[in-house]
Amino acid sequence: MSTRSIEPAVAHGAGHGHPALQHHFDTLEQQKEASTLGMWLFLVTEIMFFGGLFLTYVVYRSAWPKEFMAASSTLDWKLGAFNTAVLILSSLTMALSIWAAQVNRRKQVVFYLIVTMILGLVFLGVKAVEYADKFEHHHVPGPEFVWSEGSHAEPLEGAHSEAPPLQDEFAKHVQVFFSLYFIMTGLHAVHMICGIGVLAFLLVPSWKGRYNSAYHNPLECTGLYWHFVDIVWIFLFPLLYLLGAHAT
Amino acid sequence: MSEHSTSRAVYFLTFGALLVLTAATVIVANFDLGWANDVVAMAIAVTKALLVLWFFMHLRYSTRVTVLTAVAGFFWLAILIFLTLNDYATRETLFPFTGK
Repeated sequence: MSTRSIEPAVAHGAGHGHPALQHHFDTLEQQKEASTLGMWLFLVTEIMFFGGLFLTYVVYRSAWPKEFMAASSTLDWKLGAFNTAVLILSSLTMALSIWAAQVNRRKQVVFYLIVTMILGLVFLGVKAVEYADKFEHHHVPGPEFVWSEGSHAEPLEGAHSEAPPLQDEFAKHVQVFFSLYFIMTGLHAVHMICGIGVLAFLLVPSWKGRYNSAYHNPLECTGLYWHFVDIVWIFLFPLLYLLGAHAT
Repeated sequence: MSEHSTSRAVYFLTFGALLVLTAATVIVANFDLGWANDVVAMAIAVTKALLVLWFFMHLRYSTRVTVLTAVAGFFWLAILIFLTLNDYATRETLFPFTGK
């Protein structure tokens, strides 16, 4: 990896006088590096935001592995895998829209942005179908929760007769899995909605040709965010959907 | 110097690799490997994440301070998980409040 200077570049005069260059930066390159670094600082806070939920998942799953596996096997891994592919494809089109800006292909920038948004909406549509299915089967945590699937439950060591029935205890822990499922995928979906919203804001400037080989920071930063949300799903998919795959 | 327009082939190859790894993790999940289930699943997920970070998120073209920021984020996440599990894994009874 070669080093990139963030000192005022003398040799690189392409940025001077560029309408997108803000007065407190010396060059467009310096401006781009500043915005990229700032975006990454935001993403670090996002890592910790989702990280807390992943940690919660790990702690509770280590406590109730059988319950988590039984609950996971009710999720449709085919829909999860489909959505994974959709998100990966949307990351490709996001990267291609930045590529199009770098080679000054204005219409392709817009085209790839629109495809990225559509793929994001497809993802959310599949998610909506899955959520509806969970409500139908009473797998949403709360007073309406019903667990009638197989329980794999074994008598607990030293369980006393006054202890609540095993099935209730099992179902209670299954609910923890579904709570985490809804919070983690829900938070992820909120991020998708925000991402689609930001992409929508980029459409008009892209169409006007504001993003080109000299300047495309908004595309770059939105891309970073979009790919990060993709990474979150890359971890959610095996942890939530595939956990119980071999149990069914 | 400001332009690092990656050739499209790199993006398509990254996309292909991510799809193959997704298929791999689905296939592997159908076999019970015991303790290795999670190790394999997480190894594949981390590989996918690194591909996204390196190629799609342009970390390979980023300044060192940007790479350092990204690494720091995941490093602190590792601290969060490692130190918390240090606590839970070493308690005498893991979850006393469950009545175990």
